[in-house]
Amino acid sequence: MNSIDRPALLIGCAAGFSGDRTDAAGPVVDTLIARLQNGPVGQRAFLIFETLAERTLALAQLRRRADPEAGYEPLLDAMLRPVLARCLAHGIRIVSNFGAANPRAAARHIGRMARELGAAPPHIAVVEGDDLSAPAQLALLREQLGAQMDGIRVVSANAYIGAEPIAAALDAGAQIVVCGRVADPSLTVGPAMSHFGWRSDDWERLGRATMAGHLLECGAQVCGGYFADPGYKDVPDLEAVGFPIAEIDAEGCCTIGKADVTGGLVTEATVKEQLLYEVHDPAAYLTPDVIADISDAEVHGLGADRVAVSGVRGHARPTHYKVNVCHEGGWLAEGEISYAGPRAEGRARLAADVLKKRLADLVLRVDLIGAVSVLGDDAGRTLAATPDADLRDIRLRVAATHEDRALAERLAREVMALYTCGPAGGGGVRTALTPRLNTISCLLPRAAVPVSFARIDEEMPA
Amino acid sequence: MNAPIDIPLYRAAHGRTGDKGDRSNISVIAWHPALYPLLVEQVTPEAVASRFRHRAPAGVQRYLLPRLHAMNFVLDGVLDGGVNDALNLDTHGKALSFLLLDLRIRVPQDLLSLLAGSDAY
Repeated sequence: MNSIDRPALLIGCAAGFSGDRTDAAGPVVDTLIARLQNGPVGQRAFLIFETLAERTLALAQLRRRADPEAGYEPLLDAMLRPVLARCLAHGIRIVSNFGAANPRAAARHIGRMARELGAAPPHIAVVEGDDLSAPAQLALLREQLGAQMDGIRVVSANAYIGAEPIAAALDAGAQIVVCGRVADPSLTVGPAMSHFGWRSDDWERLGRATMAGHLLECGAQVCGGYFADPGYKDVPDLEAVGFPIAEIDAEGCCTIGKADVTGGLVTEATVKEQLLYEVHDPAAYLTPDVIADISDAEVHGLGADRVAVSGVRGHARPTHYKVNVCHEGGWLAEGEISYAGPRAEGRARLAADVLKKRLADLVLRVDLIGAVSVLGDDAGRTLAATPDADLRDIRLRVAATHEDRALAERLAREVMALYTCGPAGGGGVRTALTPRLNTISCLLPRAAVPVSFARIDEEMPA
Repeated sequence: MNAPIDIPLYRAAHGRTGDKGDRSNISVIAWHPALYPLLVEQVTPEAVASRFRHRAPAGVQRYLLPRLHAMNFVLDGVLDGGVNDALNLDTHGKALSFLLLDLRIRVPQDLLSLLAGSDAY
């Protein structure tokens, strides 16, 4: 069959971040199997998991340093085991960035999982080249970043690489492709490139598939997750919100739907919110594969939780990869205490004053949770402009950061001391001390970041 | 009688916040195509900058998406450094769409039936 005549490709997404629901994949896979069984000859389906954020990857790198067989998505087993055998049995191929800082170890784990489930050994490939934390590559980054690299302790350095090595691995027969830091939409673009045989400079089709991937990459967020606002945006059965399935045609155009027998909804409104999510200039959504352009995009509800997206364009991809360097960033100290009943807000404000005077060598952020908190700013301008409203249930939170752990720890001790030395009736102290990670970014020419894929067998040594 | 009525923006539009670094983007999507011109006219970059003045934005850029009846606002420097640096509980600024959607706008009475929700004007 000519690739242009192939029926729509089905791509389901079963995770939108590390820590997403581990029971999401089941209904997606059930639905993909049903569609394959009832669909046209030659229809194919993929399952993707998007589990990687900047901080997730840095934490994974720290785990790998402690254990050479760790450093991939901690929930990999919980997410994949329930559906792996069914995917392999029905020809549903899997693409994910759950390899995080150690795709080879993730691939070996999946191989073992398949054996334990009684499945034939799957063809598993890893995509490599994104990890730039080796000394030679850090030297290259130092050329780009200059003084910003001085004196920092690098935890991880990764390029956002694209769909080409994913498509190449699939072309070579991979049933499962395990990636580290690839751009989120590339998890969708790779399968579409491979399936339809698109060239890597087919900007229009790559642009369209990129926005399909963008709609899928946050999982339930396009199906009524992160959308509900009672009385304004009501969502049925939110506790069982479904995960999305895109139908992508040979032109790259997509229709977004969701898994059968799940809650949530797919409407023009849910698709518009997700289409613009984390987009800056709508005419230039930059990925390593293409510059997607949604300035003339349209959405059309087809009913029954299906929405078609059209009008997306694509322009030639950027000449450089984006690189994020994560480094150690001192300590974050937080402390909380509650005040309730008459004059609670006044007592909480007095406690904040006490802490500011006791911790004069730290720059404190103060929240009066219940009066003004997350909408406020670190400098306290919002709080200063908010008069005491005599609210009766306030949780005071203070936070500060410092390079010196001992100084950061003092914040926790001072909040604790409010029990006996602070205003009347304070209760429920909680404190936390967390190592911080900071990020700096730069661009590297594509030629400086060679990418590749490799087949992995379970027996291969680390 | 078509004197404009003062309403919160959330009755005319919905939206979602995204973040990258110290930059926040907030979509504002009209509940009905007929409400979109009002949003373009009244939810200006200046109005949004004023709404976020306590966060001292370094810049507010507005992009129009007329086929989606939507606008995309990009606010620079409003996240106190962003997810890795901010001391806010909500380091991503996820809640900020609701700060913007609480802006007051004026809607002619003949469009009131297109508004979402039912709370007081």
